[in-house]
Amino acid sequence: MKLILIRFLIGGVSVSTFALLGDLFKPKSFAGLFGAAPSVALATLALAVGLDGRDNAAEQSTSMMASSIALFCYASCVSWIMMHRPRRAILVTIFSLPVWGVVSFGLWWLLLR
Amino acid sequence: MRIQVDPSSLKQTRWHEFAVRFLLGGLITAATGIIGKEYGPSVGGLFLAFPVIFPASATLIDKHEKEKKQRAGLEGRSRARQLVSVDAAGTAMGSVGLFVFALLISQFIGKHAPWLVISAATIAWIAVSVLIWLARKRM
Repeated sequence: MKLILIRFLIGGVSVSTFALLGDLFKPKSFAGLFGAAPSVALATLALAVGLDGRDNAAEQSTSMMASSIALFCYASCVSWIMMHRPRRAILVTIFSLPVWGVVSFGLWWLLLR
Repeated sequence: MRIQVDPSSLKQTRWHEFAVRFLLGGLITAATGIIGKEYGPSVGGLFLAFPVIFPASATLIDKHEKEKKQRAGLEGRSRARQLVSVDAAGTAMGSVGLFVFALLISQFIGKHAPWLVISAATIAWIAVSVLIWLARKRM
């Protein structure tokens, strides 16, 4: 329970910090780079190295390569829909999440399982 | 358009909007740890590139732009949608940098000092992301 709380606090601080950096910059396309910041990864991998060893961190990073391709597909999909269809941002960003899931788990299933 | 730092945009964000992002970041990091323990690091690692705060950030951009335009007597929906689209395009470019970050860690963390590998990978993430952004801008 204590470890979950530590992960929660470190993750919260890391994600908020990168989000703040994203808020600070203009233009928006540049600020958007921080939407793909390794905020969760930094918090998780630093703990993984300390608690579970380097091999664990390396294995997590290999899977992260697949999910960063999925993030590319998700963000591109959201960008296209928001530019070409009059839809609300909250709905588009949430209902496009299956794109991330399908690509991420699909690549994992095909290449890393 | 040149890259600018604009601290005034922070004033638009309310304390509960900061809290939501802290909460989401904390929850996904804790969940990633639990998933990794339950299903192994290979599955847990997938969530390291989950678009954790993207929906919240996009909604904030949408909301703030509409408020800004409405204060000027304009409707602002179309401009807000464009800004969310452009922000998402930036995230797509940043995800290439994130791939490089993950690649470097997976290849080198077993052989070199972890703090050095993680620091170098973070620098590589921002360098690759900015280079792609600059290249895209000039196209």
